[in-house]
Amino acid sequence: MKYAGLLVMPAGFFLTLAALVLFADGTRRFAFVLCGLAVVAMGLAVAVRSHMPAKGANRP
Amino acid sequence: MIATAPALPSPVPNETAFALALGLLLLAPLAIAGLALVNTGLGRSRSAAQAMLGNLAIAAVAVLVFALAGASIAGASGAASLSIRAAGKSWDLLGLGPFLLGGLGAAAPQAQLALLFEFVAVAMTAMIPWGSGADRWRLAGGCAAAAVLGGIVFPLVAHWSWGGGFLAGLGANFGLGAGFLDAAGAASVHLLGGLAALALVWIAGPRRGKFPKEGLSTAIPGHSAVYVLFGCLLTLVGWLAWNVAGAIVWLHAPLAALPGTAIGTVLSASAALLATLAITRFRFGKPDASLCANGWLAGLVTSSACAAVATPFESIFAGAVAGLVTPLLVELRELALSIDDPSGAIVVHGAAGLWGLIAAGVFAAPAGQLLAQLVGVAALLGIALPLVYLLFALLNRAIAFRVDPDGERIGMDLHELGGSAYPEFVLHRDESYR
Repeated sequence: MKYAGLLVMPAGFFLTLAALVLFADGTRRFAFVLCGLAVVAMGLAVAVRSHMPAKGANRP
Repeated sequence: MIATAPALPSPVPNETAFALALGLLLLAPLAIAGLALVNTGLGRSRSAAQAMLGNLAIAAVAVLVFALAGASIAGASGAASLSIRAAGKSWDLLGLGPFLLGGLGAAAPQAQLALLFEFVAVAMTAMIPWGSGADRWRLAGGCAAAAVLGGIVFPLVAHWSWGGGFLAGLGANFGLGAGFLDAAGAASVHLLGGLAALALVWIAGPRRGKFPKEGLSTAIPGHSAVYVLFGCLLTLVGWLAWNVAGAIVWLHAPLAALPGTAIGTVLSASAALLATLAITRFRFGKPDASLCANGWLAGLVTSSACAAVATPFESIFAGAVAGLVTPLLVELRELALSIDDPSGAIVVHGAAGLWGLIAAGVFAAPAGQLLAQLVGVAALLGIALPLVYLLFALLNRAIAFRVDPDGERIGMDLHELGGSAYPEFVLHRDESYR
């Protein structure tokens, strides 16, 4: 899962680029860029979650 | 496709602006000195000498590697670059300048100033994660990570935003304001440094005993609040110089606009400090010195993005938000996410840099600027963080980042340097009997 989150993040960035290319209308562009950022945030959340030590696990 | 990108408008500054920018860039390293004191003060006393030596060594490695190789990738606006053509647009990905600073002597004064700015910036970027790895990150690992940041990652991001890369070209290609605005390194230095700090703590793990099996995380206070707070004062001088120099070098701001940038810097930091002071007083009954230092730095980081484009009131607002959010995010990071970051760099540089970049998009006049800032933030989060993580993870296999448990117990000073930062004092009485 560590790597899954980190792999999702570039996908979100490419969505933001796709928004610029696909839409000329400012509102649609903005909405699509926000969607791309949401995907980046989702990937970051997965990466953060998967790096958290499990409860009760042996910690250093 | 290798192409010479069309030169963006970059008027050669007049002699006054050039001399001013040069003078300011000679003062900007005070921000690095301040950060070094903050990093050292927030760590344990038994690792203080290693922390301070690490700050110096990391800055030296980052600058040298950047000079030898990274400056080529960072490139300059109008110089040779690697670009691809897609969807009818040219996407400038990385610079292809001469290695080993070739042709520096014949370069225009503007290009030489830009290079000097990047030298200071790369040193700061590489030092940011060092504070996060305090008390457990080996000096060799820190220097190796600095080489990766100075040779690959920082130059790449610097090219995108400062060297005429695709983020700088968002204005010309897609009509998004003036393109991605990163006047004083909020993205290339602070957000990138904060993300590198996050990658590092993920790989190196927390300090021993920080997150016990049972109960809440253990508080490990910094060993010198005086270092930390004096470091904060020192950073103000450096940041003032840095932000004004950035406005001259990257935004080509007229001389009349420069006092406003300096005023915005002070206002942002002041508002952030008071906001943090108030919120820690409210939550804990007394102001917290280290969190207030974090708030001050968060305000300065926010000003790196905003000060050149915001009004004084907007600077106060941006700083106050940074100061309010910083202690809450520090608490969230430690208690909910179990991320051990002694210097708070992930929040102070990463989160505040991110907020500053978005706020600059809101405050800047040109239409579409906010969208350009959001795309820039997505590039940093979506490309730079996975890249740094991957490179650090590979590096960690070659040069282990983390010290062995015994070294962590006796302290990094004795383990790595063979001597303590404070040899006249008995600091660890319990261990001296073992």
